[in-house]
Amino acid sequence: MRFGIVRFPGSCDEVDAQLAAERVGEAVILWHQDTDLQGVDAVIVPGGFSYGDYLRVGAIARFAPIMGEVERFARHGGLVLGICNGFQVLCEAGLLSGALLPNTSLRFVCRQVELEVVNASIPWTRACEKGERLSIPAKHTTGRYWAPDPVLDELEANDQIVLRYAPGENFNGSARDIAGVCNAAGNVLGLMPHPEHAVDVLTGSVDGLKLIGAAA
Amino acid sequence: MLIRPKAGILDPQGQAVERALPALGFGGVSHVHVGRLVELDVEDPSKLPEMCERLLANPLIEDYEIEQPDAVPQHQDAGPDALRG
Repeated sequence: MRFGIVRFPGSCDEVDAQLAAERVGEAVILWHQDTDLQGVDAVIVPGGFSYGDYLRVGAIARFAPIMGEVERFARHGGLVLGICNGFQVLCEAGLLSGALLPNTSLRFVCRQVELEVVNASIPWTRACEKGERLSIPAKHTTGRYWAPDPVLDELEANDQIVLRYAPGENFNGSARDIAGVCNAAGNVLGLMPHPEHAVDVLTGSVDGLKLIGAAA
Repeated sequence: MLIRPKAGILDPQGQAVERALPALGFGGVSHVHVGRLVELDVEDPSKLPEMCERLLANPLIEDYEIEQPDAVPQHQDAGPDALRG
């Protein structure tokens, strides 16, 4: 299994994502100006920032040359994982429904969060059980998932809500406690918490490897 | 282009401003929303709605208005008809 990790100007979690992916397979960095996915089997759009997020989070990154290829890859069923800023980019690109708004507190929050696996049948969650709890850190200012109610109803009906914040853990005000959603086909997953930071007992949890490793 | 959060979506930035104003003695303020203004010179104003739809605003979460200072000011709601008439 070969992962490609996108690097935008401002990315800061791409090396952690690379190291996490290398625990379960091979990983290469994909430069934002390139248009070659180097034959990877899965793409991770990592966390951090991108192009300063000057206009809106993820709004400019979605037009990066590499993103055209990532979109094509995703639409042909390729596995794509968007983490934090990567989730925001995938929403702006229209690969995932909804948008990420500022936390209701307007504050940057960095903490370990408990997640519940709602859909354990997509490639990224097949190593989990439905209802299983995952302990994964989150760190963001703009992570309040929002979509209009009809879209949320549709996501629920299609089992596209993959991860929810466990009761009491929804610190950012996300609609219906949503922490991660997938596309209709299930090959594209976006989530605000950072599975690449939960891959070693030294930092408290290895639950993130369950998601990244499931694809391998 | 005047871009603002869509009605009905929680706007914590507007709420924070709304709470701050009474602290300075400005009472009677409600429904505060904070958006942003994008100023630009453009050769072909007919492209403005598409610019808003594709980059300057996220139509899922934001409404936009287009004003042309040299033309009749436009105060219509967001949408491709904003420049018509």
